[in-house]
Amino acid sequence: MKRNILDVARVIRSKNSGPYELTLDILFKDRKWYDLFKNRKIVNEELISQLYKVKQDEILGIIWFEPVSAVKITIRRPCPSGSPGDTDIYGAQQHAPLLGIEFESEE
Amino acid sequence: MKEKKHQKEKDKKNKKAIHRKSTSTVRETEEREGRKQKLLNAALDLERRDPKELDRLFPEGFKVLSPTAILGYGFPPESFFRGIERNPQLIAVDGGSTDPGPYYLGAGKSFTNRAFVKRDLRFMLVEGLKHQIPVVIGTAGGSGALPHLEWCKEIILEIAKEEGLSFQLGIIPADIPKPVVLKAFEEGALRPLPFVPPVNRRAIEESPYIVAQFGVEPIIEAHRKGCEVILCGRCFDPAVFAALPIMLGYDPGLALHMGKILECAAIAATPGSGADCVLGILKGDCFILESLNPARVFTSASTAAHTLYEKSDPYHLYGPGGMINLEKTTFIELGDGRVEVRGSRFEPIQPYTIKLEGSRPIGFRTICLAGVRDPIMIQGIDGILEEVRAQVSSLMEKEGIRGAIYFHLYGKNGVMGSREPIQSFGHELGVLIDAIGETQKDADTLCSVTRSTLLHYGYKGRIATAGNLAFPFSPSDTPMGEVYEFSVYHLMEIPSQRLFPLKVEQVGGKG
Repeated sequence: MKRNILDVARVIRSKNSGPYELTLDILFKDRKWYDLFKNRKIVNEELISQLYKVKQDEILGIIWFEPVSAVKITIRRPCPSGSPGDTDIYGAQQHAPLLGIEFESEE
Repeated sequence: MKEKKHQKEKDKKNKKAIHRKSTSTVRETEEREGRKQKLLNAALDLERRDPKELDRLFPEGFKVLSPTAILGYGFPPESFFRGIERNPQLIAVDGGSTDPGPYYLGAGKSFTNRAFVKRDLRFMLVEGLKHQIPVVIGTAGGSGALPHLEWCKEIILEIAKEEGLSFQLGIIPADIPKPVVLKAFEEGALRPLPFVPPVNRRAIEESPYIVAQFGVEPIIEAHRKGCEVILCGRCFDPAVFAALPIMLGYDPGLALHMGKILECAAIAATPGSGADCVLGILKGDCFILESLNPARVFTSASTAAHTLYEKSDPYHLYGPGGMINLEKTTFIELGDGRVEVRGSRFEPIQPYTIKLEGSRPIGFRTICLAGVRDPIMIQGIDGILEEVRAQVSSLMEKEGIRGAIYFHLYGKNGVMGSREPIQSFGHELGVLIDAIGETQKDADTLCSVTRSTLLHYGYKGRIATAGNLAFPFSPSDTPMGEVYEFSVYHLMEIPSQRLFPLKVEQVGGKG
């Protein structure tokens, strides 16, 4: 069965991590979904590069954080916070592309 | 009825106080106070103490009251007084962030509201001094450069005068002199953080203020000198919470991690809030987080989730002189809305580095907001805007006016720009013309000519020939003042903490 990430995540958000980085967090509803996403590498560099139109070397890291069943992705901001042409100084509304992530599940 | 309730609460408090006294004899208390004083007088050796000894000295733990996420965000007085009733050993608050962008640091302005900074500080200073609890304010005025420090100091002095307060005020500036930064640059001792372009001499020279995030060391010095109120320039957010307990010998990993959570106050609780008080209770081998508003609790999930917030790596939180390692950290719910955190470690990193921040002016901005409802124009909007930009740029070039035009298209890609994955349109668009020129006059001209050109531009297929834009306001254009960009965001090695000289001033009459 095809499922959407919104079925299994309780928080999906974005924020600056300093003026030059954008950091994306996905917090899963429980450990089961965290394990499924982590083991199947559903969130990977290729996917992020495609969703955010970034080159792979613009992805600083994808870190799986077990204490809260979450994955954190940090990428380069399209331009530094507040520089001419910036669209989101705090980076707080850059999470939407993640909401389209779909995956296969038996449940 | 109300009075009766009040009396009841008073009795309860008295009972509590008596109970507290009876748990230890007066002599024990005196001894403890004497040892505490000895600790306070100890040299700045940052020596760790035996956790058991610390727990004997502070049987209830070392309690830190964090009133709000950023000074000036406000907090309910009830929560604050609940915190004061817990007899905290420290009141500390974080005052700043780079989140609001480069303007505030470069322009020397605060992004927080003066009236509310004063309101928050009044509670903290009055109660702190009344109960002899040190008050520490981090990153004064939002960005922590000299004008921000001065701005916040003026507010403190106003309150002191109005409330008749007298105290020793410690002030720690965070500005790094230009020659020091330039020397470090020449020696190749400035290291850019990820994705930060290399810095150059000009960027350093053009930045009005370059500040560094200092760590606990200068704050410890201020505590040791007996400062009752400590006003810090730009500093590592957790430092204002962690300095005093680290000075007393608490584990720096636990103290700094607790500070990292306390600096956001109730944001780490659930339901989260940036404008409510929390208490951090540091013990020899753990710390406990407690909401001071019964409407919120800490859960292991809310606390751990906060560790992810605004950081690129949740396991390793880098700061001045080292890193907080959370690889072995555990978050345990105590079942009463509190969470106990264990296992966080501080790992010093040599050479000692600090993070520099600077921004510089790059021009002036004028904006104009308008709406578009015509479906033919919306369909061709990208091409139309490019044509308008080309036409205006060529006009400006001939007039010797230099600048740049940016269009923010709300309803299409105003929020994500070129990264927007969805390529569909709404039935109306918001067009924000963002003109940046070398002077305000140039920016005004650029915005005005762009607006009038777009308003009457005869795009291909146009049938609405009276005008292309719907303006909500008259006047339509708004001058926005100076524009800044981040210019320095680099690590610098420091040979000593002398870069952050403490100034001690007596406010009001002596005691």
